[in-house]
Amino acid sequence: MFVRLSAALAALSLLGSAALAQGAKPTDPQIAHIAYTAGVIDIAAAKQAMTKASNKDVKAFAQDMVRDHEAVNKQALDLVKKLKVTPEDNDTSKTLSKQATDKLAELAKLKGAEYDKAYVANEVAYHKAVNGALETQLIPSASNAELKSLLQTGLKIFQGHQQHAEHVAAGLK
Amino acid sequence: MLPGRYLPIYIALLLGTIAVPARAATIQITMQDLVFAPAEVSARVGDTIEWLNKDVFAHTATARNGDFDVTMPPKKAVTSVLKKAGTIEYYCRYHPNMKAVLKIEP
Repeated sequence: MFVRLSAALAALSLLGSAALAQGAKPTDPQIAHIAYTAGVIDIAAAKQAMTKASNKDVKAFAQDMVRDHEAVNKQALDLVKKLKVTPEDNDTSKTLSKQATDKLAELAKLKGAEYDKAYVANEVAYHKAVNGALETQLIPSASNAELKSLLQTGLKIFQGHQQHAEHVAAGLK
Repeated sequence: MLPGRYLPIYIALLLGTIAVPARAATIQITMQDLVFAPAEVSARVGDTIEWLNKDVFAHTATARNGDFDVTMPPKKAVTSVLKKAGTIEYYCRYHPNMKAVLKIEP
């Protein structure tokens, strides 16, 4: 539990500090990249869960994550195309991806109920961290109104996922 | 007796009789940007709810007491008929932060 919690807190503070380290708030192309990366990470975790999870609620939750995050990311791609913005890789995206790769490897070693619990607990922590970053960093920094609006929809979706994950987690105890 | 005074009442009665058989209504509830609108709806048993999902995400309207559970694919409308009376709190199973109330009169 300590490991998971500290990982989540580290992700949260890195999201903030990586962006702050650049001296200014993230630009729209960077924000688009971070938001898209956050979605890709959750899709990868969900795809692993669809093959590894044993509990049916956990499997269903993973399917919901793939469906919703693919829908959000499709909207994000459509928007950047429309705005003629090229998402720009940055330290926050890189840190997120690195942590996610480590997490996937860690989860890959687990099996059965142990895996289910760890995956869902990480989903709660991950969505919480991303929601914090959206609220305090990404949404306030976005300058394009359509990007801001998409991030706000993303926040509502992610908050929904967090509650859904908490509900699934409660059912596993 | 002034017929002119009673004519409006007569017309009102006539219109009244036309309107009296309570027809089942169709009520629309939309889902847009993860919000049920209107958030509170009054209806009667026998009424039809047209659930219109304007989002690119799938949603559900799931009664907390188990009376109904409707699944709406993205960008689709689904209809359901109200069968039981009660003040029903419902939510979306996929996004439990979406909540609303349906007041169903007998």
